[in-house]
Amino acid sequence: MTAYLKLDHIDKSFARGGQVSEVLKDIRLTIDKGEFVSIIGHSGCGKSTLLNLIAGLTKVTAGAVLLENKEVDSPGPERAVVFQNHSLLPWLTVYENINLAVSKVFGSARTKAERHDWIMRNLDLVQMAHARDKRPAEISGGMKQRVGIARALAMEPKILLLDEPFGALDALTRAHLQDAVMDIHSRLGSTTIMITHDVDEAVLLSDRIVMMTNGPAATIGEVLAVPLARPRSRIELSSDRTFLRCREAVLKFLYERHRFVEAAE
Amino acid sequence: MSIQAIEDTKVKAFPTPAKPAEVIAFTAKVRRRFDPAAIAGKLASTLVPPAIVIVVMLVIWQIACSSPNASLPPPSQVWNEAYDLIAHPFFDYGPQDIGLAWRVLISLQRVAIGFGLAAIVGVALGALVGQSIWAMRGLDPVFQILRTVPPLAWLPLSLAAFRDSSPSAIFVIFITSIWPVIINTAVGVRNIPEDYRNVSRILRLNQLEFFVKIMVPAAAPYIFTGLRIGIGLSWLAIVAAEMLTGGVGIGFFIWDAWNSSRLPDIIVALAYIGVTGFCLDRLVAAVGAFVTRGTTAK
Repeated sequence: MTAYLKLDHIDKSFARGGQVSEVLKDIRLTIDKGEFVSIIGHSGCGKSTLLNLIAGLTKVTAGAVLLENKEVDSPGPERAVVFQNHSLLPWLTVYENINLAVSKVFGSARTKAERHDWIMRNLDLVQMAHARDKRPAEISGGMKQRVGIARALAMEPKILLLDEPFGALDALTRAHLQDAVMDIHSRLGSTTIMITHDVDEAVLLSDRIVMMTNGPAATIGEVLAVPLARPRSRIELSSDRTFLRCREAVLKFLYERHRFVEAAE
Repeated sequence: MSIQAIEDTKVKAFPTPAKPAEVIAFTAKVRRRFDPAAIAGKLASTLVPPAIVIVVMLVIWQIACSSPNASLPPPSQVWNEAYDLIAHPFFDYGPQDIGLAWRVLISLQRVAIGFGLAAIVGVALGALVGQSIWAMRGLDPVFQILRTVPPLAWLPLSLAAFRDSSPSAIFVIFITSIWPVIINTAVGVRNIPEDYRNVSRILRLNQLEFFVKIMVPAAAPYIFTGLRIGIGLSWLAIVAAEMLTGGVGIGFFIWDAWNSSRLPDIIVALAYIGVTGFCLDRLVAAVGAFVTRGTTAK
């Protein structure tokens, strides 16, 4: 089986005023269809840059992103992104925000009624159908992020990219949303890549955890498989030995071998 | 402690209520829609202070201009001599003898055309300048120079180009009010959050869709700031332009009144112009507040 998504020897450097700073170097990774992969690393290690490269929002300096053996170098709805700060358009209601995506992606392929059903189905999936006529300013941070996820799912993406989706939320809301994402992943089997800096979140949600070394010229330090059966329950896992072992492995990587020197000083 | 005692405490932990629980409905906070006392109070607090100031000003003016050799007429004389203009804004006695409201409307019509064109062209140019770094580098210096040219300085050129007073006046309005619209739109477009652009890139919105669905609503608060400054400037310009081009506008009325030494008429016309300008400003502000509701909230 060939890889669904392949990151083939990717380098990324930014040139600013004659100075070239190397952010990512020699990133190699293959992801299978339906897999849930987390990318974890200290801040500034280039994990968001990596996600932007996969999304096509930034161009690679060298190497290639291959989705189903086809190179992608520009953004598109088949790689939908859930942004950290939700990025809902504040002048549109929840429904209209999703409708913007749905009518652009499926405008010609589906009738108006079909599109409406599709929007409502995705709102139901994140349990936000009740707030369809609210504007983003009128709903809580967690609800906005749910709508952001619904908008991304409504594009029927081949890959769902989550850019620290729960970073700005409080712990309880975050747990709710993690459960929601797990539930959606088990129902839809969507291939998902999530950027996070939360070790528990990474272990709880992922099939594999990609650990990044520190920049400059960050690369993949280690990939950890999480051999936990699904569905997973956070309460049962909190004392599960495999869970604790995975957690320890990530913590050791982050805080022993690749300690973030700037933050420690 | 005996078993009996433990059972007792257990029982006490769930005591039977003395009377069954009853549901006490919260009295819904009913805000009375029409509360005459509150409305009257609010009106009084907004209207009384300016009314007092106006009365005091009129009294001072009356005293200052009552001497027989005063150069300007006192309010009482304005009231007596220009009573027709004050009391009957809509009279119509022939081509050059019409009420001030008609004249204001004619001026407003010119403003509507000139300012309307300026709004359309200004938003389009502003979007271009805000969106493209090269358009900004090329056009911005030109705009910065042209916008300092006073409105009336355009008039001779525009008379030469259009060979007619009415389109010339409209052009002066246009050229006066377009700069703030362009500049504010450009700033608004430049300030569109990167995330909105990313959303549009992921959805693969084309240029037109991006303009209509993201750019205009995202920059709307800035655009309306520009429009509000623009309409103020165009009202300033139309009065000045009409003084020179003639016709039936409010500006020409003032010039005409000056030539026939009807000072009270001029004073009444000034009041009309001020009130109209104020209304225009509030109108654009209200439209802006309505259109941009929700956009500024994060």
